[in-house]
Amino acid sequence: MAFQPVKFYQTGTFTVGNRLLDEQQRSVQAQEERSNSLNSGHRACQGCGEALGARYAIDAAMHATGNQLIAANATGCLEVFSTPYPESSWQIPWIHSLFGNAAAVASGIAAALRVKGRGEVRVIAQGGDGGTTDIGFGCLSGMFERNDDVLYICYDNEAYMNTGVQRSSATPPAARTATTMAVGAQPGNVFGQGKNVPAIAMAHDIPYVATATVAELHDLEYKVKKAMGFHGARYIHVFVPCPLGWGAASQDTIKLARLAKETGLFPVFEAEHGEVTSVSKIRRPIPVEEYLRPQKRFAHLFGQEPAAEVIARLQTIADRNIKKFGLLDAAA
Amino acid sequence: MLKQIEGSHGVAEAVALARPEVICAYPISPQTHIVEALGEMVKTGALSPCEFINVESEFAAMSVAIGASAAGARTYTATASQGLLFMVEAVYNAAGLGLPIVMTVANRAIGAPINIWNDHTDAMSQRDCGWIQLFAETNQEALDLHIQAFRLAEELSLPVMVCMDGFILTHAYERMDVPEQALVDAYLPPYEPRQVLDPREPVSIGAMVGPEAFTEVRYLAHAKQMSAIERIPQLAQEFRAVFGRDSGGLVRGYRLEDAETVVVALGSVLGTIKDTVDELRDRGVKIGVLGITSFRPFPLAAVRAALAGAKRFVVLEKSLAVGIGGIVATNVRLALDGLALKGYTIVAGLGGRAITRASLHRVFGEAIADRLEAVHFLDLQRERVARVLEREEAVRRSGPIAEGILKDLGTVASRIG
Amino acid sequence: MDKPFAITLDPNSSLANRTGSWRTKRPVYLDRLPPCNHACPAGENIQGWLYHAESGEYEAAWRVLTRDNPLPAVMGRVCYHPCEGACNRGKLDQAVGINAVERFLGDEAIRRGWLFERPSQASGKRVLVVGAGPSGLSAAYHLARRGHEVSIFEAGPFAGGMMRFGIPKYRLPRDVLDAEVQRILDLGVELRLNCKVSNILETMGEGGFDAAFLAVGAHIAKRAFIPAGDSARILDAVAVLRSMEGEDQPMLGRRVVVYGGGNTAIDVARTAKRLGATEAIIVYRRTRDKMPAHDFEVEEALQEGVMVKWLSTIKQASNGGTLTIEKMALDQHGQPVPTGEFETLEADSLVLALGQDVDLSLLDGVPGLVIEKGVVKVNAQMMTGYAGIFAGGDMVPSERTVTVAVGHGKKAANNIDAWLRGETYEAPPKHELATYEQLNPWYYADAPKMVRPMLDLIRRQSSFDEVQGGLDESTALFEARRCLSCGNCFECDNCYGVCPDNAVIKLGPGRRFRFNLDYCKGCGICVAECPCGAISMIAETT
Ligand SMILES: Cc1cc2nc3c(=O)[nH]c(=O)nc-3n(C[C@H](O)[C@H](O)[C@H](O)COP(=O)(O)OP(=O)(O)OC[C@H]3O[C@@H](n4cnc5c(N)ncnc54)[C@H](O)[C@@H]3O)c2cc1C
Ligand SMILES: Cc1ncc(C[n+]2csc(CCOP(=O)(O)OP(=O)(O)O)c2C)c(N)n1
Ligand code: SF4
Ligand SMILES: [Mg+2]
Repeated sequence: MAFQPVKFYQTGTFTVGNRLLDEQQRSVQAQEERSNSLNSGHRACQGCGEALGARYAIDAAMHATGNQLIAANATGCLEVFSTPYPESSWQIPWIHSLFGNAAAVASGIAAALRVKGRGEVRVIAQGGDGGTTDIGFGCLSGMFERNDDVLYICYDNEAYMNTGVQRSSATPPAARTATTMAVGAQPGNVFGQGKNVPAIAMAHDIPYVATATVAELHDLEYKVKKAMGFHGARYIHVFVPCPLGWGAASQDTIKLARLAKETGLFPVFEAEHGEVTSVSKIRRPIPVEEYLRPQKRFAHLFGQEPAAEVIARLQTIADRNIKKFGLLDAAA
Repeated sequence: MLKQIEGSHGVAEAVALARPEVICAYPISPQTHIVEALGEMVKTGALSPCEFINVESEFAAMSVAIGASAAGARTYTATASQGLLFMVEAVYNAAGLGLPIVMTVANRAIGAPINIWNDHTDAMSQRDCGWIQLFAETNQEALDLHIQAFRLAEELSLPVMVCMDGFILTHAYERMDVPEQALVDAYLPPYEPRQVLDPREPVSIGAMVGPEAFTEVRYLAHAKQMSAIERIPQLAQEFRAVFGRDSGGLVRGYRLEDAETVVVALGSVLGTIKDTVDELRDRGVKIGVLGITSFRPFPLAAVRAALAGAKRFVVLEKSLAVGIGGIVATNVRLALDGLALKGYTIVAGLGGRAITRASLHRVFGEAIADRLEAVHFLDLQRERVARVLEREEAVRRSGPIAEGILKDLGTVASRIG
Repeated sequence: MDKPFAITLDPNSSLANRTGSWRTKRPVYLDRLPPCNHACPAGENIQGWLYHAESGEYEAAWRVLTRDNPLPAVMGRVCYHPCEGACNRGKLDQAVGINAVERFLGDEAIRRGWLFERPSQASGKRVLVVGAGPSGLSAAYHLARRGHEVSIFEAGPFAGGMMRFGIPKYRLPRDVLDAEVQRILDLGVELRLNCKVSNILETMGEGGFDAAFLAVGAHIAKRAFIPAGDSARILDAVAVLRSMEGEDQPMLGRRVVVYGGGNTAIDVARTAKRLGATEAIIVYRRTRDKMPAHDFEVEEALQEGVMVKWLSTIKQASNGGTLTIEKMALDQHGQPVPTGEFETLEADSLVLALGQDVDLSLLDGVPGLVIEKGVVKVNAQMMTGYAGIFAGGDMVPSERTVTVAVGHGKKAANNIDAWLRGETYEAPPKHELATYEQLNPWYYADAPKMVRPMLDLIRRQSSFDEVQGGLDESTALFEARRCLSCGNCFECDNCYGVCPDNAVIKLGPGRRFRFNLDYCKGCGICVAECPCGAISMIAETT
């Protein structure tokens, strides 16, 4: 069954907690005794969406498994900012091996746990978009195809951030990165490329695939919890703005995630065994421009003469998502 | 129990006797028969409990092994050649993380040009990766070394590569003594991981280490591997005590007494060399053989001790460090620092080229007469390469050397016997 | 476990890395002044009591409410709720129905018999309150709660002032008014009815009062000069409405014309309708949008069949009951100017609703008073020019509403209390206003305003039953929960949740949060994502 938002208690399900709700209806993040799996002292940039997304997701998984969790982490910002010698921010058993093998390492952990009869301990693999959609894609697909008992979480900040913001196959069209500079006839990233990994994950017919953003905590936690209810390969793709890489204000991280979803640029949905089972509807429809404008990586679209045509193409992408996933209620 | 079986099967049985808990398999000749056999044992339940995982690449194979090992499972995989290179990043990583994975490398050449036959280039490419590398001379030794390898790996918390010559050993049917499970159990205690991923005691494995501690980390890796120099002979001794056989150790000498010339080699070619040496000894030539079992760590002292009394050494190796010559030879030279021995490198058996006693007689003779060039390519077809070199000299053109040779020879001629 | 050097780390060891040193700005929690509170003439802590109402803690809500205003059931009916006009939710969808919730709480208190806490100590001071209107009642209440002995001298036969003698029953049922007055009296306040004070200094002296609060209201009807025949039946609105409280209902006839454009005119016209008038016509010299009466009241009157002649003045009332009406036009400044066009209107009675003046006779001979435009001037402490005599409500210069009167009563009580102790009252400093721009409205659930039920039209035209109903428990609760809690933490846990550095410490229910500045990097997400604007960023100085 799809996520049921709490109808109305001043803020409904929109805020992290809500003093008017039962404890069980509040988010994991609202709990005083949440696990803080990724704890203070990490070296993520101010306002890092990935740091936030990782804590949201892993805490939720910890909650769902009664703290019986092991995580394998791909190289990337999350790994670098959380475990520079001599300090680790993790409170869970955690391993970093390589950039491209998190899914396989996790498969190995799951195999070890199975053979040792410790099925109660669950395994998560996690990485950035680069580590997931590009270099780790083979291992990811292998893990999916074998239906290994692993939940893979991709923290998508739409570029290789740790190496200084280079294009990945998750970088959106028109975005400026260090390898798709805003110069030439078609400034920024090209149109028509990129890889839709949630769709590819679904094509593997794995039990559970979902997308989520750091702006909708209850939805994210619901999906992690739901994913932990399945055995076999599962995939959650979390949209996590990167203030540094996107040239956005550090306080706008959640706002941008919200706008990405509300514009339709990032469709939020879940799928079981290859079929979409629910979508997160747009609540306040807005044009893509509102999402693009606060980000320097799109600044070239808003120069003296706004690149109306490019913005329109991006709007088309959003509109197509809206249509494809039915993101708008008839009423809205 | 004595069995007439294929080398690969013998090794598979040895691995099974070691009770591995996770096996990752990705096919590449000539490793296939080993993992196939293991897969079957897991499927029949003969090997249990064990997870046999058909991964999607060697990179994944080693990565799955890393995860399994870090989570406390005794872990095994096997590969060769291109496969070993495809997993390199993870190979280094397993060593860096100190995970006691055991891997068979069914030694095979590396392309281009692609070639499935035996030489040592694959293993040699990984000599600095931090794994212990043991080379088997016979199928029996390959079997025995796997049992020792798990013990060594787990005691030191380091991965161990057992190298056996592709086809020559892996596909050869021989009589092998497959030990009883009870004996193996007596020799190899259950795996007690040094560090383990476990919610009961969380740790963060695989930190990023900067200049402030990286040298120390590497030093410690070196020191740990060097400590195996002491441990490897002890384990071989213990092995003999339990199984009644000599297997393993650092080096093994053959007819070294009063030898003026010592041939140094690794792997199955030692058999042919020993036969040749026997014939030379019969003719009164003072020649002996030093087989190196442990290539990493490299037993500098043992090699030095074995060669100190000789006049010259001849390293016959199935690998080539392009641009300098021998790999094993370079290591041997280091062991002999300050000693006045003449040294010859014979690069032999590349890509499966047969090493015949006749050829060995010829080169050893030249070496003894000190007429051998410093780096000699055994049975090199000189006219062929001369033609290419000549043309190269005349027309500097780009493109792979191999292609040039094939053009000259025609594709049929390229099937070298 | 034997951990390899440097490669394997202890969990949670990053706590040694105090990332707070990165910060150039720091977040601080603050309380901003909600616009509703700001707009409330009675100084109610509206958001404060809504907070409790949201949790279903109605008594706690009522107690917070009555800290400032002792008449919630009355307020929930007659207050013009400027709070709702200022409510930030009005910019989102519709303002919170504060007035409706207030009424619910007031009615709930009456139903459940909640009483005020009596003061624990008596001050030994005696204060005279003149007039039992809202201002006088409010002052008496606040003074009594501070332990002073209070006597109210009221000229009329009932307490309530204009709430009784002006506002019709169909808007404010008398049992509601009585209950709330009684609750004040239960605090030990003495009420002397039919006790008109004619000389304030004398009365104070006789009664041994240490201070007095005057709240005599404005009861003298203003008259316009209308040439009229002797038998023309001309009445004034206040008198008509006042007589509704007596035994005999006023005789207005079948065709009633009301002259004026304020709420009083509307009340009289609607009363006339209920008394059986077939026609109740308001004559007003300007247009609807210029009318001082509140639009909703005009609307309700029109629904009930009251008619309005816009842009009209009454020139003459003849004996036969014929009124001469002159049509007006608006000039470019919006002022009505005569057109010289006339028409006539038949009327059994003409009721003048042109405003009221204050009867200041009780102040004759008091030295130091300043009277301007017929009202008594007071200083910032609500004190008249004569030390110890304070005044408020309709008799001082200000807007004339029940709520303003209640606010004056409270303010005066604070000052009288201080004055009695030889001190000057210092109002606590006001927080900065919480603006809509400081909110993050995304977080509030979509919630349409709950509407209060209205009596059916037939009964509205024929009876004095209350026109507007109240919310029930569920709708009142819903409405309370529409509050955005502007500028004040309502413990939604957002800051605690959205901090990427876990630098917010949750202190537990009712205790809000604290920043852990050891780790706060100053990203500002908590500020941006605080729904209610209760956090702000300030520059780090060191
Ligand atoms: C018809 C009408 C409808 C109204 N409707 C609303 C409404 O819906 N909402 C709203 O907010 N406001 C309304 N008002 C205005 C509101 O009623 C007044 O502003 C408010 O009542 C003023 O309160 P007060 O205490 O100053 O005076 P009052 O309410 O006028 O009370 C003064 C009291 O003092 C008594 N008194 C006078 N002189 C003496 C004396 N010498 N000795 C002893 N006692 C004396 C009087 O008898 C009276 O009881 C309305 C007014 C009218 C006339
Ligand atoms: C095999 C390999 N190639 C390249 C790198 C360099 N590298 C490290 S992190 C990184 C970028 C990571 O990007 P992403 O996965 O999107 O994570 P992010 O840092 O954006 O969170 C790259 C390219 C590497 N460590 N290993
Ligand atoms: S570069 Fe981006 S993803 Fe990396 S730590 Fe900074 S904000 Fe987070
Ligand atoms: Mg990225």
